[in-house]
Amino acid sequence: MTETSVAEGAAAVESSPFRLRMKGFRKRLRRNWVLLCFMIPAVVVTFLFCYLPIYGVLIAFQDFMPGDSILSDTTIWIGWNNFERFFSDYQFWPLMLNTFLLCIIGFVIGFPLPIIVALMLNAMKSKRGAKVLQTIFNAPHFISLVVMVGMLYLFFGRYGLVNNIAEALGGERFSYFLSENAFRPMYILSSNWQDFGWSAIIYIAALSNVDPEQHEAAVIDGASRFQRILHIDFPAISTIVSVMLIMSIGGLMGVGYEKVLLMQTDGNLAKSEIIATYVYKKGLTGVPDQGYATAIGLFNSVINVVLLVIANTTSKKFSENSLW
Amino acid sequence: MEKTLVRNKRRESRGDRVFYAVNLTILLLLAAIVLYPLYFIVIASISNADAVLGGRVYLYPVDITLVGYSKIIERTDVWLGYLNTIIYTFLSTVISLFVTILAGWALSRKSLPFRKFFMVFFIITMFFGGGLIPFYNVVSSLGLLDSMWAIILPSALSAWNLFMTKTFFEVGISESMIEAAEIDGAGQVRTFLFVVLPLSKAIMAVMALYYAVGQWNSYFNAMIFLQTEEKYPLQLVLREILIASETTTGGSGETILEQYRLANQLKYVSVIVSSLPVIVLYPFVQKYFAQGVMIGSLK
Repeated sequence: MTETSVAEGAAAVESSPFRLRMKGFRKRLRRNWVLLCFMIPAVVVTFLFCYLPIYGVLIAFQDFMPGDSILSDTTIWIGWNNFERFFSDYQFWPLMLNTFLLCIIGFVIGFPLPIIVALMLNAMKSKRGAKVLQTIFNAPHFISLVVMVGMLYLFFGRYGLVNNIAEALGGERFSYFLSENAFRPMYILSSNWQDFGWSAIIYIAALSNVDPEQHEAAVIDGASRFQRILHIDFPAISTIVSVMLIMSIGGLMGVGYEKVLLMQTDGNLAKSEIIATYVYKKGLTGVPDQGYATAIGLFNSVINVVLLVIANTTSKKFSENSLW
Repeated sequence: MEKTLVRNKRRESRGDRVFYAVNLTILLLLAAIVLYPLYFIVIASISNADAVLGGRVYLYPVDITLVGYSKIIERTDVWLGYLNTIIYTFLSTVISLFVTILAGWALSRKSLPFRKFFMVFFIITMFFGGGLIPFYNVVSSLGLLDSMWAIILPSALSAWNLFMTKTFFEVGISESMIEAAEIDGAGQVRTFLFVVLPLSKAIMAVMALYYAVGQWNSYFNAMIFLQTEEKYPLQLVLREILIASETTTGGSGETILEQYRLANQLKYVSVIVSSLPVIVLYPFVQKYFAQGVMIGSLK
């Protein structure tokens, strides 16, 4: 303590603002080094598994073979060559289109659905009923991807439930997993089936903050329940809706490739090959072409960041809401 | 808020009554759509395999048999996978909790030096990453290939969970309590251990559940990093049973019918067996999961 007061005295004599700030900072550091220690594990893990890979992106600009070092005399720099190769790859347009369509259709259906469900649950008369339904709706979220896709194969297989029902109703059996046109509907519907309830939670939480007096006043004014949804409930969640909107636009091209990979068959590859699964195949299977695969992956992440920035700026311009 | 409506029942117009009825009907229909596939898996797993394939099982089990379950007991790969998954899930949950709670607490303190820098450091990882191949190369050059640490360590910290924890501490722990502890002469370690931790059971439960379910359900990292089959977690074994056999035929059943029949029943059973811990725990823990999302939404 005496040390500090001496230091403070010295600082007062010199009294340059920069010195003062440095003194205050050093004091803060000495008092809070424990907090800094608390950060170490998290920083180490993030550095190793998030930042080192970002550095590793350099191989997108190299002729890289597994085992090469990223920066050495023998590194072969090839500039934008890998990117140019991708743009002229015969797979380029199909991949872009498949990724884009899968994401945009999934977004158009998957974004409003949880909002509608949250508004409907909130408008139920029985609170307990709403709780029970919510418990049911959340359940599929906890099914693993492997089991989810396994269930799809069981239900939509040639001798699965869906075909049995179709045949019983006089229809024909159909191999959904061998048809490229069935891939997107199956993927999107099953994703929504799994997650609409889970995604609704955040809106339900926001709805529970609506002031009951607003509803009472509206009832006295003769507003119907539906009108109250439009003019009270929905405006109350519009902030969180726009935040979620920005976030999902940022993740628009980052579709869950782990599930797509499980659903791919020889039959649906024409529609189910997306950028991320192509990266996996080029970079980690067969004869790996890692520089090329990394370039494609980087191209995809850059699109995502650009989309996020555009969404955020647009939202900032037209409303008060933005992420930063 | 709906209580007022019940009290003022007279005021409920015909339009509103129609609205409530339609609303309820749609929601119940939705509940049926969610529940039926799950229910079907259960009844198919205990029905005669021929009845399932022949389309005679829709609403209740037919010719109840447990032959599928006795078949799966013989599958050592399933049980080994189960054991591996339990080990991986346990270790990864403990490690993740340690990393997340410590950093979450530190980040929630205004007095943390370089606080702004740390925030940006973690936020960036939420929106930008190096991608699959550089990630693979890092894990490989750390010497973690074919080791269980390759699936435990990279997922040890999720930035989302970190910020959720930080928000919980900011909202849930009053500044005056910390000051009181410090006036009593407790250092920062003691304050954390004896004042903060006992108050953070809720967030620890939520985080433990998030990390545990994430690890229990994941397959991708195990698929790319593990080569030895004895190390496979349950989800990879399931992938063999449920999917690997299908991708070439698309479930067209062109294999020999008898084999197909048995394999099919095993699938229903393995879905049940692998999801059992989650099914059993779900009703008890689901309120914690929901709580987590709500803490996150406070931001």
